[in-house]
Amino acid sequence: MLNIEVLGPGCVRCETLEKHVRAAVEEMGIEAEVTKISEIKDIAARRVMMTPALAVDGQVVSSGHLLSVIQVKKLLEKGASPGS
Amino acid sequence: MRNKLVTDWGSEWKPLAWVLAVFMGAFWLPIETPRFDGAVVEALALTKWYAREHVLLCLVPAFYIAGAISVFLNQQAVLRYLGPGAPKFVAYGVASVAGTVLAVCSCTVLPLFAGIYTTGAGLGPASAFLYSGPAISVLAIVLTASVLGLSLGVARAVGAILFAVVIGLLMHFFFRKDEEARIDAQELPEEDQEDGRSLGKHVVYFALMIGILLFANWGRPQVEEGLWYGIYHNRWIVTSLLGGGLGLVLVAWFGLSWTRFLMVGLPTAILAILIPGHPTLPFVAATVGLSLVTSTSEGELGDWFAASWGFAKQILPLLFIGILVAGFLLGRPGHEGLIPPDWISGAVGGNSVGANLFASVAGAFMYFATLTEVPILQGLMGSGMGTGPALALLLAGPALSLPSILVIRSVIGTRKTITFILLVAIMATTTGLIYGGIT
Repeated sequence: MLNIEVLGPGCVRCETLEKHVRAAVEEMGIEAEVTKISEIKDIAARRVMMTPALAVDGQVVSSGHLLSVIQVKKLLEKGASPGS
Repeated sequence: MRNKLVTDWGSEWKPLAWVLAVFMGAFWLPIETPRFDGAVVEALALTKWYAREHVLLCLVPAFYIAGAISVFLNQQAVLRYLGPGAPKFVAYGVASVAGTVLAVCSCTVLPLFAGIYTTGAGLGPASAFLYSGPAISVLAIVLTASVLGLSLGVARAVGAILFAVVIGLLMHFFFRKDEEARIDAQELPEEDQEDGRSLGKHVVYFALMIGILLFANWGRPQVEEGLWYGIYHNRWIVTSLLGGGLGLVLVAWFGLSWTRFLMVGLPTAILAILIPGHPTLPFVAATVGLSLVTSTSEGELGDWFAASWGFAKQILPLLFIGILVAGFLLGRPGHEGLIPPDWISGAVGGNSVGANLFASVAGAFMYFATLTEVPILQGLMGSGMGTGPALALLLAGPALSLPSILVIRSVIGTRKTITFILLVAIMATTTGLIYGGIT
């Protein structure tokens, strides 16, 4: 079970990233919980400056990019592999 | 057995309220009064003027530049200078100019502010960034200079950068005790960023794009001789040379194929030679061509288009609404909208301390969607607002708004937020007074 967090205040780019992440999770058929973190304080607490950002299991894997569905999949494949 | 009503007013009152509101608005629509009719015409006229003068040659290239900044520039490198380990004087300098690179979209400003404050270089640089960031983003500078004039555009950028440093230092000074108690900082996690191109290539690439933007919009000088007129007269030749150069750069360093280069270049050149009187046509052809070949490319070029298009999609609707509202309420320069110009010139005309202060305080609380401050300012200036108060509003306006004040308060607390608002109001007023005095 992956814990995926999309970090970003309520802006268009961040919402688009959340959509991309949900699409990627569905296409890959993996079990994951996608949450959207919009509180600026919580975003800063994860040491993220450039939004939209993406964190998998508490690890920030991308920040400042609006990733495409394919790019999200690639990142999740890395994160989903055992032992990571 | 009537526990379930036919009409559930508990949930139906909302649509009913809407219906009533629209009905009453239409019932008493003041379309007979000349002021209202004039305002409607003004809204449409202003929108048309923007569409003719500022979208194709100015906003479209600016969107491409903004997209390129977000894709090709290594923003992580800039952030390193705002980290906890950075020398303090470097951090203030970088923070006050970083907006050009980092604040491409208004929604990135607040997270960056919070990040610089909590885990980075601290309150001072964070405040400096928050003040100047929204004012000096590429799109903001380009549209300000193009619509409101070069002088105000430059004053906005210079004023924002200079006073950002002052505000940052003062914030740091006032709260230096709290600073020491802040959570122990940690270096930013390094993000692997492979980038094959040298800095020089990026400089050439950005210089060509900025050149296209500058020369395509070169204003007609007053006198018909001299260097400026020479440039004006030949601006399209320069623009097409730069455009061709940009194409070659994309082929040489960004992996664009020659076929695609010719697919864009040939129609553009043919249009330019066949219809020399309408330089906008080849410009449109080149833009459409560039969009086609970049949007169908994989990798960097595709990312570039996606980012540029993303900005356009996000900003244009808000700007469109902003222009309509500004035209409706304030009218074009020299024409009247819904609000009588006497009110405007009474409140913010001239260059008194009161006018500057009113403009900066109003700006600090008012919310401006990205770039909409420009048409609103244009309307206000057309109705008699002085240049000083205009600059004050341009500085205080995008930096703060009631919604952003609430977010900022959640990050740095009430005392610091109030101090920051006061400093912004004072600095914007001062800058406005100085600028209004010399213009």
